Amino acid sequence: MVKLDVNGRAHEIDVDPDTPLLWVLREQLGMTGTKYGCGVAQCGACTVHVDGQVTRSCQLPVGSVSGKVLTIEGLSPDSSHPVQAAWLAHQVPQCGYCQSGQIMAAVALLNEKPQPTNDDINEAMTNICRCGTYQRIRVAIHSVAGGKA
Amino acid sequence: MGVVNRRRFLATAVGGGFTLAWALPGGVMEAVAQTAPGTPLTPASAGGTPVGIWVVIKPDDTTVIRIARSEMGQGTLTGLAQLVADELGADWKKVTTEYVPPEANQANKRAWGEMLTGGSQGIRQSVDYVRQGGAAARTMLEQAAAAQWGVAPSECRGHEGAVTHAASGKRLRYGQLAEAAGKLPVPRDVALKAPGDWTIIGKPLPRLDTVEKTNGAAVYAIDVALPGMLLAAVAQCPVFGGKLAGFDAPAVQGMPGVRHVLPVGDNAVAVVADTWWQAKTALEKLPVTWDEGPGAQENSKAIAARLAEGLDATTAAVGNQAGDAPGVLAKAKRTVTATYGAPFLNHATLEPMNCTAKMDGDRLEVWVGTQNGDATLAAAAEASGVPLDRVRVNKYLLGGGFGRRGQQDYTRQAVLLAKQIPGRPVKLIWSREEDMQHGYYRPITQCKLTAALDDAGNVDALHVRISGQSILAYLAPNRLNNGVDMAQFQGLIPAEFGYNAIPNLLIDHAMRNTAVPVGFWRGVNHNQNAVYVECFIDELAAVAGRDPLEFRRAMLAKSPKHLAVLNAAAERAGWGTPPPSGVFRGICQNCGFGSFTAAVAEVSVSKAGDLKILRIVAATNPGYVVNPDQVTAQVEGSFTYGMSALLYSENTVEGGRVVESNFDSYQVARMADTPKIETVLAPTGGFWGGVGEPTIAVAAPAVLNAIYAATGKRIRTLPLKNADLSHA
Ligand code: FES
Ligand code: FES
Repeated sequence: MVKLDVNGRAHEIDVDPDTPLLWVLREQLGMTGTKYGCGVAQCGACTVHVDGQVTRSCQLPVGSVSGKVLTIEGLSPDSSHPVQAAWLAHQVPQCGYCQSGQIMAAVALLNEKPQPTNDDINEAMTNICRCGTYQRIRVAIHSVAGGKA
Repeated sequence: MGVVNRRRFLATAVGGGFTLAWALPGGVMEAVAQTAPGTPLTPASAGGTPVGIWVVIKPDDTTVIRIARSEMGQGTLTGLAQLVADELGADWKKVTTEYVPPEANQANKRAWGEMLTGGSQGIRQSVDYVRQGGAAARTMLEQAAAAQWGVAPSECRGHEGAVTHAASGKRLRYGQLAEAAGKLPVPRDVALKAPGDWTIIGKPLPRLDTVEKTNGAAVYAIDVALPGMLLAAVAQCPVFGGKLAGFDAPAVQGMPGVRHVLPVGDNAVAVVADTWWQAKTALEKLPVTWDEGPGAQENSKAIAARLAEGLDATTAAVGNQAGDAPGVLAKAKRTVTATYGAPFLNHATLEPMNCTAKMDGDRLEVWVGTQNGDATLAAAAEASGVPLDRVRVNKYLLGGGFGRRGQQDYTRQAVLLAKQIPGRPVKLIWSREEDMQHGYYRPITQCKLTAALDDAGNVDALHVRISGQSILAYLAPNRLNNGVDMAQFQGLIPAEFGYNAIPNLLIDHAMRNTAVPVGFWRGVNHNQNAVYVECFIDELAAVAGRDPLEFRRAMLAKSPKHLAVLNAAAERAGWGTPPPSGVFRGICQNCGFGSFTAAVAEVSVSKAGDLKILRIVAATNPGYVVNPDQVTAQVEGSFTYGMSALLYSENTVEGGRVVESNFDSYQVARMADTPKIETVLAPTGGFWGGVGEPTIAVAAPAVLNAIYAATGKRIRTLPLKNADLSHA
């Protein structure tokens, strides 16, 4: 049994502790907002927070997770987190597949640096978006920083 | 949209522990096959009244607009809804959408038209009939109100979700009229609004699918959860054309969760388990032997040599011709020659290929992201052996398409597996590695360009020889025209090429195929051809000692739309004013997918060769603009996709297999690569052009021409990661 705290809920899960957190979220817990894109920590589609730290869950064995996990589903009860609101205001998503990860990465960045520079954004936002929404992501992050989301 | 709501229900069901089955309200789908195409098609429209075939209106005024094409990020769902809603006189706040199930289209003689979503045609090829659908429904609602009021229909006006009668001040909401309206015959050939009367078309409305894409609720095919579902991981023979020779199932059968180890067709094997992670883990341990076949001989070096031979071959298919280019070139005093090349490219949609299938007796159901619902239905039926009318296809949002999801290979695999495990839904998910190695790649081509300049520096003759692989020869040989793949000339045929005024012109193609599967790719052919032509034109301008913009302007004098969009980009970029110190500009233009595009790039390149793309100005004239904010998003997205191809991405072949396996070896553009992208919408009206792809054609050449301005170097082979940009 693996114990896991996800979005404030405690779970006991019968799963091989070597299973990546991503797949436990998706398959055992049915929380499919966190996506699989590469499995090798390259694309960021699987980004969640563990104790507030931005983490690529595809490479993290669930047995090694002791902290609190926050996923896109737990970010806000009604999609009202300022970053979600900014994403909506700036119409960021295209296919949307990368956006859970992008949003979780942006939230972590803004928690750490409420006024990120473009360089901060370049450094922190390394998630892949094949649809090419990078420019809108940048604008949306700045709008949150400026309190204009 | 309806599909999403349905999936939300599913997601809830999963959270509750696989207790609830996925189900449509009683017999809805069965009813479709036997009745008129107005029947509700999905839970989203249940409880509403179809008014014609494109619109379903509920008593609370909810207006469900049916969408036959696929949403893969390009915004077509919202754009098509805008087209219908405008003619309908809908209250946009009440508008929602549902996908037309492919089997409903099939059962009703394709009443909803083409489902294929590719070639940037989702809007431009359906604009007339979907607007007709909205206008017909509005007319029916007006007629219903007129009958109720005892007035002439011509005195009634459907607008903002209600019909009003000006003389009496009477008003009825569409929700109150739908039931009566739905019983009326559907009128044909209703007059459409003039562009000046549009109220919803042309507005930068927010997309209809954004909220669920910001909170994890949007459901893609990879997220499908069904009661009793098993998960499959697949390995296909890594060598193209190779076959499955054998596998040692007992070696993994005892591993956790493993239920089956099964062949998939003649070239793949799958492990089926309780979870995908278990399936994938076991698959990695499964001993498999392959019969690699002759494809194992194929490799990038041999392909490059084969293509190089085609550059000077005596026989080639002609795509555009005027005067006597070879004759003039042979005698010319001053000629310029250059050879360019572009590699194979995987689409690398962020959602890997996947499909869920379930065989139940003589019925098949699949859950899939597809760019072509009709073709998926046909392929699923064929793979299962079940007749078409026994197949259901549930279309999902696509986590990217770019052409890849127009192919049916992954659907066929899921069906072949499901057939072997009757009664259980099987979800097949490709690993990224599998996805990278089994693409339908952008074809590899090389291009040799030769021009003659007269004494005044004008282009007197131009020969463009493309050598390389043909998509149609691989995918649809029946669409070759006497062995010629005319699609290879995209952007270069007389109807698209801007430089037709060149007196002696020859554009031809030496088809040189490979063992590598190729397919349609975002902006395919255009994005290679535009690099070749627009960079070479830049070379000619330099040789002639002319400004690249002025040089093009003179050559485009007889192509006013090409010229106008080029000027729009140049003007916004400030071409002709000096750029900031250390910054250099490049320019280019193209016409494709019915639209006109141009771009100016600003770059800096350090002496050591570090490139920074600082700014891109991208102008586009798609005729009419349905949603300016979404067109802008497509310009940004197309540029970025083109930037990946320009900077990093390439697939190479060794031993008959693709070398790259994941995003570490197949790099793509990221945030740090992305410049400021300024979109200039320069619509002239009068035609409907595509927007999902055209800008990709101008992404790379604008940057390459700017790199030349910065470094004096012409980079003629992509991607740039292989080039040395250092300069004195
Ligand atoms: S799936 Fe984890 S980084 Fe790509
Ligand atoms: S929105 Fe499609 S991958 Fe980012």
